[in-house]
Amino acid sequence: MSLRGLSPAQVLARALEGDRHATGRLLTLIERGGEGADEVASLTHPMAKGAHVIGITGPPGAGKSTLVGQLIKEAVRHGARPAVLAVDPSSPLSGGAILGDRIRMDDPESDCFIRSIATRGHSGGLALAVPGVVRVFDACGFGPIIIETVGVGQVEVDITAAADTTVVVMNPGTGDAVQANKAGLLEVADIFVVNKADRPGANEVRGDLQIMLDLSHMTGREDHWGRRPPVVMLKSLEGTGFGELWNEIQTHIEFLGIGSERERRRHLRQRAEVEARIEQIVHQSVQQVLDSQEGGRVLERLRKLQDSPASAAKELARLLLGS
Amino acid sequence: MDQEQSRAQSRKRWQTEYDRAKLRDADWETMSGVPVEPIYGNAPYPGQYPYTRGVYASMYRSRLWTMRMFAGFGTAVDTNLRFKDILRNGGGGLSTAFDMPTLMGHDSDHEWSIGEVGKCGVAVDTLADMRDLFADINLGGVSTSMTINGPANIIMAMYIANAEETGTERSRLAGTIQNDLLKEYQAQKEYIFPPRPSMRLVTDLIRFTSTEMPRWHPVSVSGYHIREAGSTAAQELAYTLANGFAYVEAAVAAGIDVDDFAPRLSFFFNSHSDFFEEIGKFRAARRIWATWMRERYGAKDERSLLCRFHTQTAGVSLTAQQPEINIARVAIQAMAGVLGGTQSLHTDAFDEAMALPTEDAARIALRTQQIVAHETGVASVADPLGGSHYVEWMTDEMERRAEAIFAHLDELGGGSILEGVFAGIDNNYFTSEIANAAYRFEQKVNAGRRIIVGVNDFTEGDSEQRDLLRIDRTVEENQLKRLSNVKHDRDNSAVRSALDELVEVAQDSTLNTMPATIKAVQSMATEGEIVEALRGVFGTYVEKATM
Amino acid sequence: MSDRDPKEEQAIAEAAAYGPMRVILAKVGYDGHDRGVKIVARTLRDAGFEVIYLGLRQTTSDIVSAAQQEDADAVGLSLHNAGHMTLAPRMVEALREAELDIPVVVGGIIPDEDIPQLLDGGVAAILTPGASSDEVVRAMRDAILASNR
Repeated sequence: MSLRGLSPAQVLARALEGDRHATGRLLTLIERGGEGADEVASLTHPMAKGAHVIGITGPPGAGKSTLVGQLIKEAVRHGARPAVLAVDPSSPLSGGAILGDRIRMDDPESDCFIRSIATRGHSGGLALAVPGVVRVFDACGFGPIIIETVGVGQVEVDITAAADTTVVVMNPGTGDAVQANKAGLLEVADIFVVNKADRPGANEVRGDLQIMLDLSHMTGREDHWGRRPPVVMLKSLEGTGFGELWNEIQTHIEFLGIGSERERRRHLRQRAEVEARIEQIVHQSVQQVLDSQEGGRVLERLRKLQDSPASAAKELARLLLGS
Repeated sequence: MDQEQSRAQSRKRWQTEYDRAKLRDADWETMSGVPVEPIYGNAPYPGQYPYTRGVYASMYRSRLWTMRMFAGFGTAVDTNLRFKDILRNGGGGLSTAFDMPTLMGHDSDHEWSIGEVGKCGVAVDTLADMRDLFADINLGGVSTSMTINGPANIIMAMYIANAEETGTERSRLAGTIQNDLLKEYQAQKEYIFPPRPSMRLVTDLIRFTSTEMPRWHPVSVSGYHIREAGSTAAQELAYTLANGFAYVEAAVAAGIDVDDFAPRLSFFFNSHSDFFEEIGKFRAARRIWATWMRERYGAKDERSLLCRFHTQTAGVSLTAQQPEINIARVAIQAMAGVLGGTQSLHTDAFDEAMALPTEDAARIALRTQQIVAHETGVASVADPLGGSHYVEWMTDEMERRAEAIFAHLDELGGGSILEGVFAGIDNNYFTSEIANAAYRFEQKVNAGRRIIVGVNDFTEGDSEQRDLLRIDRTVEENQLKRLSNVKHDRDNSAVRSALDELVEVAQDSTLNTMPATIKAVQSMATEGEIVEALRGVFGTYVEKATM
Repeated sequence: MSDRDPKEEQAIAEAAAYGPMRVILAKVGYDGHDRGVKIVARTLRDAGFEVIYLGLRQTTSDIVSAAQQEDADAVGLSLHNAGHMTLAPRMVEALREAELDIPVVVGGIIPDEDIPQLLDGGVAAILTPGASSDEVVRAMRDAILASNR
């Protein structure tokens, strides 16, 4: 039976029975936003099973998808049902995107789920979509949930930072550590991976990282988190060092279980989601005010140099906030 | 005064070389009876370092380029008949095309092979097929070219085993096997194992032929497929030569002296439609190779410096619209190859954009070369365009662009072109650069900034339907029967132990896999079985689906 | 372009209302010629499509599985060897079996005489070498719009 004409609730029912296309359709609804997305979110929110969320990020070309591929194979081997959300940037010119390098499972029937999405230009949309996707995966019984992003933009960094465990991947010899530092990735990493560690320059990257971590120790970050992020050396093509990464993730999961760290992170995540939603609502209201008759009048005064931008904004903001 | 003296000396040296060369029996004059010199212009002359103007002093006055036509389809028996036909008609070179399953290391009974057996070339599963392919042919008296890469060593082993069974020692075998794995990852995509193990197999064959098969060319470094995949001329030039340097570095690292194998490396380029760009590319290729081999790799033997190449006209330039006009394209491209100094040439058939060439179309393609050779007069003078301001500038420009790419690869590889090429494969440098170039060209065609006659201008209505060659299914049935008979008749325990031995050798990178591969094919292990055994050691390459 | 055909105007409006179209591109069979499919991927991207490129030597079950998870709006199949008469119908059938109601667009060297049979067999559109960017985009867009009407 095709999914044509089914309501979100009906699609969800099918997804819960294990229909992958139905799960895929729920994700499309989330991605498109609007009422459909809100409905899916309301339906799935109470069904949370608390799957572990792993964020994987790093500079372009760091070998993230190879790593994610191995991670889900490992998860399947341990009897888990992993799901992956791979986020790729949309072309700023056309709005289109090429979502390449979809992870290949040797067995297409493997019990895992892989979805690629494009950023679609507006960061706010992505900030809303990702928690929605996580919720759908979680409701459908997938876990761990892996979110893969290119660690270049603030939104991408924020998204992975909101994971339970954030893994930052780097390459040897390309100044990745410095770049990652600039992008704010070092601040959010729970685990570092130096990929292609058999290449020249791998130890230098490790050295750079250790120095930076030492410095962050000086700033008190380590005290705050109670943990110094480990650096895992990975030979991605040969698949060595991988067991160590898996173990480090398990160790981190255990670490999150001690005390209230996991709860704290999830609380932050929900708070960020609500914040993004408020921002979206406000953003829409702002547009409405600007498009309104009153908005037009104020902007016209501005054009005629009868008003300053600051006072125009204040006047419209008063209108917006109803005070 | 010094300069003048050295010029005179160059001229004298050239003259000595030229006088020593045996010339063809032909009149060296124009069709109107004007006598012409073998060369014009200044030193360095053809046959002199850096060989920009040609690898030999007398060029086509001694020997025309080899008019090599790629053939082969159906079963080994069918192709054998074709071969004997060629030999009867005075041809001394046999060129073998293999079908897709054979190229990918799969047997004819593999689930993917259905519908592909014998289709774009001959199917070779076991030594039995190799016996059929060369039955009643004196392998000591011919030169064989085999276009295969991933399983090259296995096919080579079968060729050697068959020759020795029929009384020809391996040292007397002459020919070329393409065996250029690097361009598979960059462009043609017919790979089996990951790059590093593939490189080890290539090096094994280089080492094996350098000691046991002095007349065999173990690698034909091929830019043809890189260009077909959409690269620019400069990319084709640079990636191909970089791959050549990578093989040199790998063989030297394996302990082989550069002059022990470099003379037997050959090249294979594409000849496309932009006439002067192509000629500049060919001339630059010779200069770059000679310079790098001498300066960077310390080659002493003059033959190590020579970039000798085969050329094929650009299949990708052929249009399905108004296919007859492809004959004109092919003629122009063939001319560029000859003016660029190629050692051999394949001209495409005009109907190849749609399917395998029909016999008529293949004949016209061959005749096109013959017109260039015998009617146009271009073969009378070596490097007739040398000294043209435009051609010399284009040659320099091609070289500059290639050098910029070498510099990038050298940096990527931390001072090693070999490592740079591996890194470029790993991070999709080659594939994305090639695809971007192809897209840029396509956009220009789309915008009408580049005219393709018959496609985006000068179009006509629907062209008439032409007869296309189709292979019937009996080929596949016969081949499957052949394979199952061989498997039935052989001693499976011998197969098992031969494969076990090969695996053991493969695990030790200091050993050469060739002798064990020969033993394996002699046990009648199939190509697919040998490949599977090696996959166990080397793994399987899966390309990243990036753009 | 002011005197655009009203049908084309309507298709453009429908496509805009539809939102980003998600298309799976893949190569099936042995053939490794990916120049064409990579050009098509870039062309579609630059026309606002979201392209999920699966790469070389995909099986029909790989493609079906990806189409389900990606909730793709269409599958674009690139074929270069002579396998189009077996592989394209197999793809159509596999999608049908999985109850995926999405069009298959085939690109590659397809002799004219084979086209009617492929279209009858359920292939939505066929693109042969020399197809312009506009033709590529229009074929994909119209196939998706038609299957959603």
